[in-house]
Amino acid sequence: MSASPAAAANAEPSPDAMAAISVKDMRKCFGDHEVLKGISLEAHKGDVISILGSSGSGKSTLLRCINLLETPDSGEVRVGGELIRMKQGQGGHQTPADIRQVERIRADLAMVFQSFNLWSHMTVLENLVAAPVHVQKRPRAECLEQAEALLKRVGIWERRNYYPPHMSGGQQQRAAIARALAMNPKVMLFDEPTSALDPELVGEVLRVMRSLAEEGRTMLVVTHEMGFARDVSSKVMFLHKGEVDSLGEPKEMFARPPTQQFKQFITNFNK
Amino acid sequence: MEFLNSLLEQMSTAYDLLAAGWGVQLLWGIGWTLAVTSVSMVIGAVLGSLVAAAKLSHRARLRFLGESYTTVFRGEPELLIIYLFYYGGTQVLTGVARSTGSIGPTDIVNMPSFLGGVLAVGIISGAYQAEVFRGSFLAIHRGELEAARAYGMSAWLRFRLVIMPQVLRLAVPGLGNVWQLTIKDSALISVTGVAELMLTANKAARSTHHSLLFYTVAGILYLVMTSISTPIFDRAERYTSRSFTRPK
Repeated sequence: MSASPAAAANAEPSPDAMAAISVKDMRKCFGDHEVLKGISLEAHKGDVISILGSSGSGKSTLLRCINLLETPDSGEVRVGGELIRMKQGQGGHQTPADIRQVERIRADLAMVFQSFNLWSHMTVLENLVAAPVHVQKRPRAECLEQAEALLKRVGIWERRNYYPPHMSGGQQQRAAIARALAMNPKVMLFDEPTSALDPELVGEVLRVMRSLAEEGRTMLVVTHEMGFARDVSSKVMFLHKGEVDSLGEPKEMFARPPTQQFKQFITNFNK
Repeated sequence: MEFLNSLLEQMSTAYDLLAAGWGVQLLWGIGWTLAVTSVSMVIGAVLGSLVAAAKLSHRARLRFLGESYTTVFRGEPELLIIYLFYYGGTQVLTGVARSTGSIGPTDIVNMPSFLGGVLAVGIISGAYQAEVFRGSFLAIHRGELEAARAYGMSAWLRFRLVIMPQVLRLAVPGLGNVWQLTIKDSALISVTGVAELMLTANKAARSTHHSLLFYTVAGILYLVMTSISTPIFDRAERYTSRSFTRPK
């Protein structure tokens, strides 16, 4: 197996030195439980970063703090160099200073969820054009054309007039990925995209994700798919108890686990 | 044989009475009943959605207000609320008019009977609709709301594109129920003098001394109205829930 094109692209000096996403010293508590204990992360254009960790390690929270579905207690998030401004709210917790800025940035960070979260009262096609038309204010005709092309790409164009509850999990997740692509996002956030799927449906979703990585998309992928992490991503980040335990090249990481924790993690997985 | 003759005689009297103008009056009564019910439902929908939003709010004070509303207006007899609005309203209007000197000290400003009636029935209907809307909102898959946030939708867009269509869809069966309750409540506002079906039947019964006839006819007409609304709401339900029930 050769290195993935995404990794190769990343090895070349990027003309855009600005990180697509940079997270600095992010902390988050739920009650007394500190889920993120000062996490930093940088993703450049074309990076595909797999975020691994056992459940409760904070990996999903990290992703959700980046687009502010959860509000981090402290730390900085920059998207394309732009700092998401926070202010001190009631009870000492920080809140977004400007919700408009957050909404604008969220539209650039399309998220794919574990449970798909397609809007069930809209057809697949309507799901794909809702945010581009209403949030990005692009012309409907253009959005529809793009949506149809994206559905062809993920192989469910025939289902464009279906309602999500009438499709299989794999089809729904491919529709959800197409919905994310329809935003022309700068970065795609995947939150365990295959964890809710029946085993025989995982492959079709991973194939789509692999093709996105190959065309140089910037992706942060929280996943339990070791094969994807090892073969497709350009970097692997392993979280343990809310901290970055290790970070590195996937081939290197898997061949020679840098820490005891990571070694144990992948051994448990291969059992 | 005698019984049959008497029955035929009764039926012919009934026909004469209905043909003599009471039939038309009763039809008008149906019209007013439907008008009162529809306007009350609309008032109730507006109040109900505000109260539902209050009950779902993060703010304790709003939640308390919403709870109080549904507790009071579901817990009190409908007739009491109607008297309160009609006679109480008359007292308030008169007091205000007297204190501003726009009427004499012995004059009275009556609460308009239709307005007083639909406000009272609308407020009661709103208490039930609030519960329907709240339940519908809670039944929306949380992930869909989260996706709307994650795709940059503002609070208004989330409401318009994701929350409202789904609440309406989920609320249809419950609203059908409230509609039936509201048709029945509308009979109570006959006490304020709106010439809806109940009041018309009352008048007819008293002036012709054919109580059995007119209350039976009115009863049948109410039953027709409530049972016709069932298939209509069923249709609406099938339409609004098509994304769950009808694979193309």
